[in-house]
Amino acid sequence: MVNTIEVASLARVEGEGGLYISYKDGKPNEIKVNIYEPPRFFEAFLEGRYLQDVPDITARICGICPVAYQMSAVRALEKSLALEMTAQTRLLRNLLYCGEWIESHVLHIYMLQGPDLTGHESAISLAEVAPERVTTALQMKKIGNQILKVIGGRSVHPVNACVGGWYRWPEVEKLEDLVPDLNWGLEQAIETVRWAATLPYPELEVDYEYVALHHPDEYAVLEGNILSSRIGMITEQDFESHYLERHVEHSNALHSYTEENQPYLVGPLARYNLNFEQLGDTAKHVAADAGVEPPLHNPYKGLIARAVETVEAFDRAIRLIKTYQPAEPSTLPIEMRAGEGVAATEAPRGLLYHRYRINEFGFVENARIVPPTAQNLARMEADLWQLAPLVYELPQEEATLTCEHLLRAYDPCISCATHFLTLTIDKT
Amino acid sequence: MTPIHKPSIAVYKFSSCDGCQLSILNLEDDLLELTNLIEIAFFLEARRRVLPGPYDIGLVEGSVTTEEEIEKIKEIRHDCKFLIALGTCATAGGVQALRNFGDVETFTQNVYAHPEFIQTLPTSSSISDHVHIDAELWGCPVDKFQVVGMITAVLQNRSPNLPDYSVCLECKRHGNICTMVTNGSACLGPITRAGCGAICPSMNRGCYGCFGPLPNAEIEAFIPHLRASERYPGEGVNLLRTISGNAPEFIEAAELLMRAEDD
Repeated sequence: MVNTIEVASLARVEGEGGLYISYKDGKPNEIKVNIYEPPRFFEAFLEGRYLQDVPDITARICGICPVAYQMSAVRALEKSLALEMTAQTRLLRNLLYCGEWIESHVLHIYMLQGPDLTGHESAISLAEVAPERVTTALQMKKIGNQILKVIGGRSVHPVNACVGGWYRWPEVEKLEDLVPDLNWGLEQAIETVRWAATLPYPELEVDYEYVALHHPDEYAVLEGNILSSRIGMITEQDFESHYLERHVEHSNALHSYTEENQPYLVGPLARYNLNFEQLGDTAKHVAADAGVEPPLHNPYKGLIARAVETVEAFDRAIRLIKTYQPAEPSTLPIEMRAGEGVAATEAPRGLLYHRYRINEFGFVENARIVPPTAQNLARMEADLWQLAPLVYELPQEEATLTCEHLLRAYDPCISCATHFLTLTIDKT
Repeated sequence: MTPIHKPSIAVYKFSSCDGCQLSILNLEDDLLELTNLIEIAFFLEARRRVLPGPYDIGLVEGSVTTEEEIEKIKEIRHDCKFLIALGTCATAGGVQALRNFGDVETFTQNVYAHPEFIQTLPTSSSISDHVHIDAELWGCPVDKFQVVGMITAVLQNRSPNLPDYSVCLECKRHGNICTMVTNGSACLGPITRAGCGAICPSMNRGCYGCFGPLPNAEIEAFIPHLRASERYPGEGVNLLRTISGNAPEFIEAAELLMRAEDD
C-alpha cells in the first residue's frame, strides 16, 4: 500500500521532469507531472529573424528531433509564400525524416522504455546480459543517423534544409551506399517487432482521442490533413480552432486540451490506430504476423507502434533512395511577400504544429509552435489518474516504477515542451 | 582484465536541447567499450541507477538560466574533480542567450498567460560564469569524437588534441571553393573555431558559428568583409547572434558591425 508516489527526476527521458501522486482514503488525491525544465522562449527569438534563419533556430528546440522542427518550419514558411515543394524535395524530406524516426524510435525502444520491460535500469545493464541485442540496437540507430549525416551534414542539428528545398543536393551514390545497411536494418526492425510483441506490458486500456496527420496514399509524416478519432478530418489551418493550450502552475510547459476541454493523444499510438491502412505492405504484414494489429489502446504498447513504424521507416527509406534522381536546382526561387502559413508534420513523438506570419521582406513577425509533448502532458496526467488506483496495493518500488514507466512510454521530450508558446490567454 | 577502480563519470543537464547528451549516446561503435573503461555513475537520460559522488569527471550540458541552476552548478563543482563544459550552451549560453539581447520580461509576458508562475533569470550564461571549469568543448552539438578524445585525455592526464584553427582550414581540406568569395555568402568561417568539419560551407552556405569564436581571431579585420556580403542590412549581426552570440568575441563583433552600419 502506498501513500504517495514521488519521482523527483525522471530517468531515461529527454529533458527534466518529475511526477507526484498522493492518496487520501485509498484514492488518488493529487496528481502532477512536474515540468521544471527552464523555458527557453524560442517563439520570442524568432520574431524579427529572416525566414532562412528559422530552421536553424527551431532545430535547437530538440536535439533528438531537430528534423521535425526544421520540416514543420520550412513547410509552414513555404505555405506563407505559396511555394510548392518539388517532387525531389518532397522525397528527400521524407527520407531525412525516415532517418530521424529510426534514430529516435530505436533509442526509445531499446534504451529508454525497453529496460522497463526487461527488468533493467538501463541499456547499459541490459548489455551485461544481452550484449548482442544492445549492439544490434546501436547499429540500427547508427543507420538512421547515417541518413541524417549524408543529407544534412551531421545527425544532431543537420544544416542542409532551407525554405525552398536544400542548400545542396546530397550525392546519389552516397545515399545508394546506405542501401545494404538499410536492408540489414529492415531485417533487424522486423525482428524488433517480433520481440516487442512478446514483452510483458502492464495492463491499462484507455479511451483516447487520437490525433495525427493523415494522408490518403502514405503513412503521413511530412504532409496531410489532421485526423481525429473524435471529430474526423480537419485541415492544418483549422488545428488551432479545435486544440487549445492552457498555462498551469506546476509546469513550465503549456498543457493542450480539445475545445471540449478534454485531453487528447498524439504520437505513435495515435498514428498507428488512425493510419494503419496507409502503412507499406512490409510493415502491415509484420504487424499481422506478430499479432499486433490495431486497435492498441494501452499506452505502454506505444513501443509496439514504434517498432512497426521503424520497419516502415527502413522500408520507406530503401524505396525512396531508389527514386532519388535530382535534376532541377536544389532550391526554388523565392518571391518575397507578406503572408501567414501553418504546417504540421509528425515528429517521432507526434504532431508538431508551426505557424508563422512574415512581412513583405521575409522577416518573421509572429511565430507559434505546438510541440507533441506539450499536447500529451494533460493526457499523461489523465492516464495517471486512471493508473493510480490500480497500483495502490502494490509495494512502493513497484508502484513507483509502473507510474514512471507510463510516462517513459510517452517518450516525453521535455526540452521541446518548454520552448514556450504564445498567445493563449487563460482567464480562469 | 577488469581494472580495480574504474574512473567515474557524471553527465548533467542544464538549459539545453539534449543534443550534446545525445551525441554521447550516438557513439554507437564505442559506447559499450566506453562503459568498460569508465563507470557511468550519473547520467539520467541514459540510466535510472545513480551512484553517489564524488565523481572523477563531470560533463555539463546546457546553460544557466535560473536561480536553482546557479545553486546546482556550485554543488556539481563540489562533486566533480574534473569539470567539463559540454557544448555551446555550456561554454557561451547557447541559442537561449538570444534573450540577453532582448527584454526577458517582455518575452515572458508574451508567452505566458501567467507570467508569475515562471521563474527565470534575465540572461542565459555559461557554466564558467558561475564556477571554475577544467576544460570546455564547443559545438552545437559537440562533436562526439571530441568528447571521447577529451575523456581519454583526462584519463591519461594529458591535454586533449583540439583544433586551434578556423573553419576555413577544414574547408580548404575538403577542397571546397570559398562560399564567401565566390557566392558572396556571409560566412563566419574565418572567425569560428574548427571542429564541425566545415559542414555548412560544404553545403554551399555560410557558417553560422556554432563552434564558437576562434581564439585570437582577427575580428576587426573581418568585419568589413562580413558587412560587404550581407544580403540585407543586419544579416551579419543575425549570423553572429544565432548559436554563439553570447561569446565575448561575437558580442564584440556584433557591436563593431552595428557601429559600422550606423556610420
